[in-house]
Amino acid sequence: MCEGSVNHQPPAGVAPLHVAELIIENTEKVFSVMLGMTVKPLPMQVQMSVEGDGNQILSLLGFAGAWTGAGCVCCSSELACKMSGAMLMSEYESVNDEVLDALGEITNMVIGNFKDAAAPMVGQLALSTPTVIFGRNFRARNLNGQIWTAVPFECEGEVFEVKVCLVPTHEIAHGTRPSLVVTGP
Amino acid sequence: MRLNVLVVDDSAAIRKILVRVLAQTDLPIGQIYEAGDGMEALKKLESNSVGLVLADINMPNMDGLQLLNRLQASAQWKDVPVIMITTEGNPAKVLEAVQLGARGYVRKPFTVEQIKEKISTCVKAQ
Repeated sequence: MCEGSVNHQPPAGVAPLHVAELIIENTEKVFSVMLGMTVKPLPMQVQMSVEGDGNQILSLLGFAGAWTGAGCVCCSSELACKMSGAMLMSEYESVNDEVLDALGEITNMVIGNFKDAAAPMVGQLALSTPTVIFGRNFRARNLNGQIWTAVPFECEGEVFEVKVCLVPTHEIAHGTRPSLVVTGP
Repeated sequence: MRLNVLVVDDSAAIRKILVRVLAQTDLPIGQIYEAGDGMEALKKLESNSVGLVLADINMPNMDGLQLLNRLQASAQWKDVPVIMITTEGNPAKVLEAVQLGARGYVRKPFTVEQIKEKISTCVKAQ
């Protein structure tokens, strides 16, 4: 994974700003309807990888079809407990299977609704089931180095991020899909 | 007569929410069974009497559309009403679900009222 092979250009046809608008619209909807929580979007960012400092949870789904990539929600374990508690009307003091499952479902709804909102631009895509990673100091990046459009949100005094990476399948060199590599410290 | 309901979703969180919603309806809900995918749902149907199925579409092993297909092909289960509760908004998938006999389609995220209304309409139509 040498940095020289990284493509810093946004994918043609899907401007990061528009991706960010769709992320905001669908994240606000899911949090309002299913969690009864208000989230405040912060300025979008373009990132090369997904990184988790401290106790972080990364929940992600893959896209497949004419475009490939992934979408994810990244937050602290404390915020994941608050989100899960709001959705399931329970209290969680630490991360357990219910919290991981709830965060996976929140991600499924956010990224699933994003996928449908983005369909006029990228066509109908298939979505994988969620994968949830819980750990310290990890980094996830695409093998092909495509960028992530990231939108941070303020929620309950903390910040979580929703990120999407989408690339036309035919642009991926040598048929290599932008599969994620997750590494530790 | 009480209505036994089968909730099929690979997310335990969504199953928990739907079980809570069912308990809040004015309908005479009896037993509530849970399954994590279509295969598990078929096993629950084989061993229990079920009058309503709430099913997700995107699930591992056997998805919700495959489950609908199996129910429609069965003389025993083809009349059991199925409501799809799913994130999937692809119009082709929605149409396929309707053609396979789904009695309702609710998109996630959903409100409690949406689920109650859809179940109530479905049960009253029986």
